[in-house]
Amino acid sequence: MGNHELNHKNRWLGVFAILLGLIVWEIIAALIIRYPFIMPSPTDVFSAFLDLLRNGTLFLDFQASLVHFGLGLGAALIIGIPIGIGMGWSRKFDAFLDPVIEILRPIPPLAWIPFAIIWFGLTMYSAGFVIFIGSVFPVIINTYSGFRSVPRIFVEAGKMLGCTKNWDLIRYIAFPSALPSIAAGIRIATGVGWMCLVAAELFGVSNYGLGKNLWQYYNLHRMDCVVVYMLLLGLIGLFFDMIFRYYIDRQFLKWRTGEVA
Amino acid sequence: MGDLVIHDLNQSFSRDDGTILAAIDNLSLTVSDKEFVCILGSSGCGKTTLLRMIAGLDTATGGEILLDNERITGPDAKIGIVFQEYSLFPWRSVLDNVAFGLEMRGMERDERYRLAEQYLDLVGLTLFAKSYPSELSGGMRQRVAVARALALDPVVLLMDEPFGALDAQTRNMLQHELLNIWGKTKKTIIFVTHSVDEAVYLADRIIVLTPRPGRICEIFSIDQPRPRDRTSVEFAKVRRLVLDLINQPKCTLQNELSSKV
Repeated sequence: MGNHELNHKNRWLGVFAILLGLIVWEIIAALIIRYPFIMPSPTDVFSAFLDLLRNGTLFLDFQASLVHFGLGLGAALIIGIPIGIGMGWSRKFDAFLDPVIEILRPIPPLAWIPFAIIWFGLTMYSAGFVIFIGSVFPVIINTYSGFRSVPRIFVEAGKMLGCTKNWDLIRYIAFPSALPSIAAGIRIATGVGWMCLVAAELFGVSNYGLGKNLWQYYNLHRMDCVVVYMLLLGLIGLFFDMIFRYYIDRQFLKWRTGEVA
Repeated sequence: MGDLVIHDLNQSFSRDDGTILAAIDNLSLTVSDKEFVCILGSSGCGKTTLLRMIAGLDTATGGEILLDNERITGPDAKIGIVFQEYSLFPWRSVLDNVAFGLEMRGMERDERYRLAEQYLDLVGLTLFAKSYPSELSGGMRQRVAVARALALDPVVLLMDEPFGALDAQTRNMLQHELLNIWGKTKKTIIFVTHSVDEAVYLADRIIVLTPRPGRICEIFSIDQPRPRDRTSVEFAKVRRLVLDLINQPKCTLQNELSSKV
């Protein structure tokens, strides 16, 4: 309880830091640099934001980016979780797939862009593919390590209670036991996938998109608008992370409370 | 019925250096239906190994174990176990833990909850049905584990130092409760412990094992009526007898039977 109150009080420190940052930024931009192309000030950015709200395509951009992101992350979950489960459950499958994954994993997602274009053309699927490459490995690796660290005692207790088939052991024992690790993997994947978004939209796969129009406004030398898109990308990324921290963890992993604290 | 016959049981493990370590050496034992047997021995004497083989979790290298004339080849619903470590599934509520075995057996939801509540009542934890294991004390967790094992109505209940990690007071209380439960449910109980006090308080018969390899050194029958008074003269007498027994050279001698392959 005391801790909670303390956190509440400390929250104002964070708000204060943001305000301070804005003031310092405003002073440097408006009074020292005085050249919005090099550094737009917060007031420039704010008026650009209002302008974009009225005449821009923010909502369509958001929608298009969400589709790209959803395609990539969705595919990463659909493909990554089963692979992670297979590798975590079967030593043979692990030995079989591990070398391939370890070779592919260090290749930066952006290096896949040429093939994304060749394979999927200039469509939303190629943007999704780049995001998929960025987010599938954290999903695989965390699912794998979650399965590997299922305590033996749970498996044996399950067997003694009549849960003996492989599939049942995975479904009723190993998967729930690995869920915190899988959730952590999805959270990391969300972050990495979101970071790939701007690059994934850079090569013109769509007319709209937060990353796409960030480049568009750069080409138009509207740096104030570029900053608006930058901040939006950051805030939406933060929002995804908040969903994990406050909703998913509390809804699905509430059994863990008390284990860590 | 719950007649258990162990016949010429052998168990050995191969070590990394190529030698073979005998853990159980030609052990034969008969436990009759509804009997409460304690297996007493120092750590590393093969008590747990023996119990795991009865449970069907490990396979013996020689000999056989028969339950009501049927050979045990793997985990079986007729045999329940309570482990020393906390083995409750942390992602399931207390009630769902107790109902787990029934769920695996395909019992309808209402029916299995009704039964699970009955067994929770037996261990006095009805009020904690909705709690998660992380919210319970060690003693409560082991009581839930007992309820979970009993819910499948096994004929034999195996207990591997179930109260070993608890404080003395809780331990005494749970021993008392266990005897009550045993009186009500009439199971054959095989209880592994290294505590003489615990064995004398609980058992019809105490089986003393020698360390490495595990063999039966002595079998000691106790016909004192229950509940036994730990502070009584008779109790102290039996306790001393058992202590003298286990301290005989033939019961403490470590004669490692290892051989090069």
